Amino acid sequence: MIEVESLTKRYGEKTVVHDVSFAVKPGLITGFVGPNGAGKSTTMRMMLGLDRPSSGRVRIDGKRYRDLREPLRYIGAMIDARAVHPGRTAYNNLKVLALSNRIPVARVGEVLEQVGLSKVAHRRPKGFSLGMSQRLGIAAALLGDPEIVILDEPVNGLDPQGIHWVRDLMKDLARHGRTVFVSSHLMSEMALTADHIVVIGQGKLLADRPMAEFIDENSHARVRIRSPEPEAMAAALKTAGIEAERPDANSFEIVDGDVARLGDLAFEHRVPLHTLYEQHASLEDAYMELTGAVAEYRTAEPADQTPAEQTPTGQKGEERA
Amino acid sequence: MSTTIASVRSEWAKISTVRSTAWTLVLALLTTVLVSVLLCAIQNHGFNSLSAQARATFDPVASSFSGALLGQLLLMAFGVLVVGSEYSTGVIRSSLAAVPRRATFYFSKLLVATAVALVAGLVTSFATFYAGQLALGSHHTTIGAPHVLRATLGGGLYMALIALFSMGITAMLRSSVIAISVLMPLFFIVTQILQSVSATKHIAAFLPDQAGQAMVHLVQPADHPYGPAGGLLIMVAWVAVAVLGGYLILNRRDA
Repeated sequence: MIEVESLTKRYGEKTVVHDVSFAVKPGLITGFVGPNGAGKSTTMRMMLGLDRPSSGRVRIDGKRYRDLREPLRYIGAMIDARAVHPGRTAYNNLKVLALSNRIPVARVGEVLEQVGLSKVAHRRPKGFSLGMSQRLGIAAALLGDPEIVILDEPVNGLDPQGIHWVRDLMKDLARHGRTVFVSSHLMSEMALTADHIVVIGQGKLLADRPMAEFIDENSHARVRIRSPEPEAMAAALKTAGIEAERPDANSFEIVDGDVARLGDLAFEHRVPLHTLYEQHASLEDAYMELTGAVAEYRTAEPADQTPAEQTPTGQKGEERA
Repeated sequence: MSTTIASVRSEWAKISTVRSTAWTLVLALLTTVLVSVLLCAIQNHGFNSLSAQARATFDPVASSFSGALLGQLLLMAFGVLVVGSEYSTGVIRSSLAAVPRRATFYFSKLLVATAVALVAGLVTSFATFYAGQLALGSHHTTIGAPHVLRATLGGGLYMALIALFSMGITAMLRSSVIAISVLMPLFFIVTQILQSVSATKHIAAFLPDQAGQAMVHLVQPADHPYGPAGGLLIMVAWVAVAVLGGYLILNRRDA
């Protein structure tokens, strides 16, 4: 169990992480989602005792990270896949870590096998692709056979097979009772793997709830109707017993509505329609809506735009703050 | 205690699994010996044309160590690389995630790297002594002569201390490039300039490299403010400040 309590990080005037609290529960995959620059990596570095919080604290089963003896046997993390010594072979990069935590050196071969890097074990990672580096970073995280695995953007740079492999790996870890804490800037990615999500934007906690709940609340289809005779439309809906929201005087929005049936209804009641469309609010849209309000480098958008039409921001690689 | 031993073993593996560290030390040995032999041979050849005073203060050990002026730069590079590569590669994060007690990480790294530098320094020192004496011909001395063993051991110790000083400075600056660009001018330019002006000569004598080099001299000029032991102490003080400064920065800053 990792407990993050009122964690705050300031760099001078700028607050990168602002009073964030959440818990990473054992045996689950917890997704840590937020746009680039939201403070995910900074939070993860503070969890590992690499960065010092300006205030607040992180406890791992009640202990500070610094007080863990041989931490790799308990928490394995991949923070930056490129952080290997390019002149030291893949095998030796892991051996160095194994020795520091008295992990049997035989584990090095095992984890390299597990991530599919056995063939390049004795090559220097200088020429590794991002995908290979990512696998090496994951191997390092798994080295101590830890209870808790922390992965920062593990699917970045992976090909479709690699992405699939990471998903399966995380699910497999969780199935064996391990705790997985994984960050991503893609909600769709987390929807496929995470049991629980923690969303942050601009350093602030936006959501902390079970994934299923989040999906349930946010993946409804909506039918949008616009009519020059809203009273007639309202009456028609009422007779059919359909509840509708009224975003403005001429518009109706029907959650989980059937677009064909609503069109027929308007025709039967001879109500002219100027707009009739179905809008599938995806999880990504819900996420955009949630984080959009706080996204720092948001693109300018017209005021009456619907969430579905919003421009996705921040598709670049994770910041290296 | 066991975590410290594990950290020391890990640091030894770091040094021994990268080629560049071994190469800088081999290069230090070759440079020092070759340059010293060359300078000793020149001195041997022109010995009779030296002034009476120069002949009287001729120091065969210091002569055989003259190549160390270049060799020390490679020891410096070794010290900078050992610490600086953690930062330039980003490995510092996985190192500190593995060994979260920063004092354990830092001092085990410095311990291992300094021990390696000391061995390399002693090998270099003795090699350059014997090779240099050979090149000095009839003006040579022997290891059994007064102070010669002390000076030769001092040469090895000097190189190890230069490496350790560089490690501390690099930990303070957290970058190989910045550390090199501070240390190079310090050893090559600042010392030389201060030394060549008589008004500042005594200030130069208290810089780490000049102080340390006193350990290698058999005879000191009459007006020199301290002897070999004093030189060692002054250099150790510099090294201690650099090492401590490096630790304070590592302990305080985010990785």
